[in-house]
Amino acid sequence: MFTILFREINAFLSSLIAYIVITVFLTAMGLIVWVFPDTNVLDYGFADLHTLFFFAPYVFMFLIPAITMRTFAEEKKTGTIELLLTRPVKEWNIILGKYFSSWLLVIFALLPTLIYYFTIYYLSLVRIKSPEGTLILTENMDSSGIAGSYIGLLLLGAVFTAIGIFASSISRDQIISFITAVFLCFILYLGFSSIAAIDDTTPFAYFIAQLGIDYHYNSVSKGLIDSRNLVYFVSVVIVMLSATKLVLDSRKW
Amino acid sequence: MSILVKNLSKVYGQQKAVDNITFEAHPGQIVGFLGPNGAGKSTTMKIATGYLSPSAGTVEVGGFDVQQAPLQVKKCVGYLPEHNPLYLDMYVKEYLQFIGKLHQMKAAIRKQRIKEMVVLCGLEREQGKKIGALSKGYRQRVGLAQALLHDPAVLILDEPTTGLDPNQIVEIRQVIKTAAIDKTIIFSTHIMQEVQAICDRAIIINLGKIVADSTVAALKDAKGKENRITVEFAEAISVDALEQLPGVLEVSTLGEHRYEVRSEASEDVRAHIFSLASTQQWTLLGLQQEEQTLETIFQNLTQQK
Repeated sequence: MFTILFREINAFLSSLIAYIVITVFLTAMGLIVWVFPDTNVLDYGFADLHTLFFFAPYVFMFLIPAITMRTFAEEKKTGTIELLLTRPVKEWNIILGKYFSSWLLVIFALLPTLIYYFTIYYLSLVRIKSPEGTLILTENMDSSGIAGSYIGLLLLGAVFTAIGIFASSISRDQIISFITAVFLCFILYLGFSSIAAIDDTTPFAYFIAQLGIDYHYNSVSKGLIDSRNLVYFVSVVIVMLSATKLVLDSRKW
Repeated sequence: MSILVKNLSKVYGQQKAVDNITFEAHPGQIVGFLGPNGAGKSTTMKIATGYLSPSAGTVEVGGFDVQQAPLQVKKCVGYLPEHNPLYLDMYVKEYLQFIGKLHQMKAAIRKQRIKEMVVLCGLEREQGKKIGALSKGYRQRVGLAQALLHDPAVLILDEPTTGLDPNQIVEIRQVIKTAAIDKTIIFSTHIMQEVQAICDRAIIINLGKIVADSTVAALKDAKGKENRITVEFAEAISVDALEQLPGVLEVSTLGEHRYEVRSEASEDVRAHIFSLASTQQWTLLGLQQEEQTLETIFQNLTQQK
């Protein structure tokens, strides 16, 4: 698994994909969080990062499929998949190697945004003097909420990556993989909660909403990590990767 | 390690790509797998390497069934797929490292083997380049180095010499021959000279069925029931006189004063033609016996349906 993982990471680094993904993500997030007048934190006046956690899933919806689209589609097109599948390597190792390498890239893109957290953390420190005259620093930020949000974003990235890997395995064309992945991410992220919002589905709204990623993402974002949410994320990942395994095996049918 | 193919069939929808074939290959043998395009060569090889699974029948490599124990089989097989797929964005050494790691070779052995393979396949000058920057011949060598890297007991090569220039073909054949000593090699091609040049045994397959399986020498003998001799004279001669010679079956005119004489293989008519020419005072310009080549055998076997 690690052999495949390292090769994939090398491929990301030697092509431009890794740099472009990280640059685009950080530029978009930087503009939204600090510059754009409608969304920036400075004008907003509250010490939190909800703009980041609100917009990041939308950026991920396009960026992650762009990362994952080549994983299997390219190998199928060039025929190197035959090379991999005739080495003494289990198919699961190939899938997991590709999956974790893509997810690692997503995590790398996310890491620098920790600076946003520290920036706001220091900006929001309020100096309070005690009656004795010593300076007490009090923090004004909901750090655990932010930690929860980061975990939510990582899990969301994990799910999107799994969807992307699956979409890449079903086609030899990268564009088809990309569009399929964006569509599936979109449906899973927004589709279910929107269906739940339709009047006619009100009796089932509670259950339908739970099928969507955003329901679980929002609840983890509050800083409360519930095992039900974790189970949801992990199971979507498992379903997607198992589907990928099925697609790989289908060559033998 | 031997390869045992038993009653192997592969059906794609309506089409039978491989139709109930059975053969064995043993160590020290280079088996040429011949057939026209679409005969089922690649499909058989893909099944033997565990990439595809058969519709019926079994393939055993070194006692392991490909379906039951794919990993054990893949460990002892070196495979060069058709069209030689490579990661064009990797460096030659990096790529060989990657393949070595996939085979779980220890770092020291891996390093040693890569060095040997680079020398064996003549890649010294190109080893620092990206695969994408290599010419087709060198890419083919990288493909071969990759297949030989883990010192497999069984080597399966799918059309290793297509698209190469004549010099490169000779070099690649040399590499295969050098590697062959203690290995079982199955290697597919549709070029006849190749089989004559390096194979001990040829299996000819057509429309998914084996139409011939024997040593190259036996194959040539088996079909040699008649000889063809081309004769050329300086002046007009009597065809009838030629036809009267013992053993001659048919004389046909090829061009001006040139004739093709078909005769029974048991009788060497060349001597008769020569003495006939001298008694008749004909000037004999050329007398050439055509050998029954593998090409004609191949054509005969694969065209009849």
